[in-house]
Amino acid sequence: MDTLLKSFALISDPQTLGVMLLAAMFGLFVGAIPGLTATMATALLIPFTFFMDPVPAIAAIVATVATAIFAGDIPGALLRIPGTPASAAYCDETYAMTKKGLAQRALGIALVTSVIGGLTGSILLSLSAPRLAEFAIQFSSFEYFWLASLGLSCAVIISTGSTLKGFVSLLIGLFIATVGIDGTAGYPRFTFGSVELMGGVSFIPAMIGMFAISEVLRYVASNRTVIDIPQQIEGSVFKGLGAILKKYKFNVLRGSSIGAVVGVLPGAGADIAAWISYAIAKKRSKEPEKFGTGHPEGLVDAGAANNASLAGAWVPAIVFGIPGDSITAIVIGVLYMKGMNPGPMVFVMNPELIYAVFMAFFLANLALLPLGFAAIKLSRHVLRVPRRVLMPIILVFSMVGAFAINNTVFGITIMLALGIIAYLMEENGFPVAPAILGIVLGNMIEDNFMASMIKADGDLLGFFSRPIAATLGIMTLALWLAPLVTMLLRRRARRR
Amino acid sequence: MRFNNAIPGAVLIVFALAEIAYATTFPRLFGQNYGPDLFPILIGVGLLICGVILIFQGLGQRAAGPLVEVGDWAQNRRNVVNIAILIGCVVLYILASDALGFIPLSLFILTTLLVRFGSGWRTSLILATATTFIIHTLFAKILLVPLPWGILLPVAW
Repeated sequence: MDTLLKSFALISDPQTLGVMLLAAMFGLFVGAIPGLTATMATALLIPFTFFMDPVPAIAAIVATVATAIFAGDIPGALLRIPGTPASAAYCDETYAMTKKGLAQRALGIALVTSVIGGLTGSILLSLSAPRLAEFAIQFSSFEYFWLASLGLSCAVIISTGSTLKGFVSLLIGLFIATVGIDGTAGYPRFTFGSVELMGGVSFIPAMIGMFAISEVLRYVASNRTVIDIPQQIEGSVFKGLGAILKKYKFNVLRGSSIGAVVGVLPGAGADIAAWISYAIAKKRSKEPEKFGTGHPEGLVDAGAANNASLAGAWVPAIVFGIPGDSITAIVIGVLYMKGMNPGPMVFVMNPELIYAVFMAFFLANLALLPLGFAAIKLSRHVLRVPRRVLMPIILVFSMVGAFAINNTVFGITIMLALGIIAYLMEENGFPVAPAILGIVLGNMIEDNFMASMIKADGDLLGFFSRPIAATLGIMTLALWLAPLVTMLLRRRARRR
Repeated sequence: MRFNNAIPGAVLIVFALAEIAYATTFPRLFGQNYGPDLFPILIGVGLLICGVILIFQGLGQRAAGPLVEVGDWAQNRRNVVNIAILIGCVVLYILASDALGFIPLSLFILTTLLVRFGSGWRTSLILATATTFIIHTLFAKILLVPLPWGILLPVAW
């Protein structure tokens, strides 16, 4: 109880609340602009969080992301251009509703289901994370090695596109993480004599490059089409919503829980949660033929799912230090920077910080209701801000942000290099998310691998010597071998 | 810019071989058979395998498309020039920010890009000035980031 009071004091600090409000407005703006994603909003925010206390820093990220994912629905409904990838699953649906003159209702459903989904995800996070942490406290380097391997393998398999390319992306990320002084022997690797690379590839410039600069490059490289400004939308946002939510109350619940669970899986974020729950809604619906014609059912499911996944992704992130999506990958970097190293120990050492983060989730999702309403009303003006003006500003902002972390221009060099790499990777179907997880988890997985190797004296069977480690290890190996086995089975079946 | 899978495959193989060769020069741990070289070598082997598979995939899909598909942006010369200018601006900042300072360079970069991307001269200048001063105040004055003053050092505020 004492801890909860302390956390409440931390989160209700006027400065923290002010930071959250600003962050929420920033998130709504970035999310509503097509081509600017919630991950990019987080990456642009980190230079600021660098100068904040842990709780306002994390609360700012929570508020930005929760609002950005909802705001992505606005241009999706009005212009048929999803503001963030998480809205792509039901973008056609909401646009069809707009064409029927139901834009306000579509956005109203999106807003309310986002809030419910976000709150459900927050409940799951605050109930499950402390339990899991109690369990995880007994883990040794063997368990952590397998857990990280399992997480990375999940990320590769779930990532969009070919599994092979996802694996390449992961290896590239792991390689980037090996640059710098190594953890076991203190030997500088791949630094080529550069003093600035001794500490490794700086995480924040890397993230800004991969999410902001790559997006600016993509904008410049594409033949841009001018976005039409939507007409002022008529009608009331919340009118008739009660009836719809009552009719589809089961869908709200299903979407929220699917979203939260998908969020927990490493590498699967809000976009995948939305696609999966939209597909399930269609499959289970009594009237699947209406999907895509402006029918609210799928929107209810998927609108709740993408916001629910955000909180879900924090479960493995705080308990094990394994990110559930690319946003929590950035968050883990911020946590390390703040000396709040994720893992079960943080629940023992600084429980008030963790509970303050949970409260930030509830607060951000509740605040989304009025702020989202305002954003719907102001959407016409937000969408009028042209991207040709925003992109140069984002570029200069990114350069200053990449500089601010270590106060050297070397950060800008890292940002540019990784921005170009990320752009080329995405253009050629190599998903970027596994690379991010590789960069974040690289040192942890290598340290635990080396520690386990030394403990087991090079005997690989040592990796299976503890019961939980053995279970995790077998799960990981099964995940690796599954595609091979299915391929062989298919080949045998074909031969018959 | 889209490549046939064989090209990233070949690049990965070359990279992996160089990486493994370099990693073998790392010292071993005292009394152990492995050291800081083990993990990079495992990564290199993984990349090598992926590279080979990508080449095979690429040879398979060769009939379907050209080796390098430059995409719609290269057909438009303007886009190519824009990318070059964008990257050039960042490189210019990396090389010259210490000597020239944040404010002059930010003004220059913002105005150039805004005009290039299609805003009018007057709007661009106003926007560039406003943005530069907002970012400068935010980072240098409030967050105390030592943004370089450069040529403006005598009049620094």
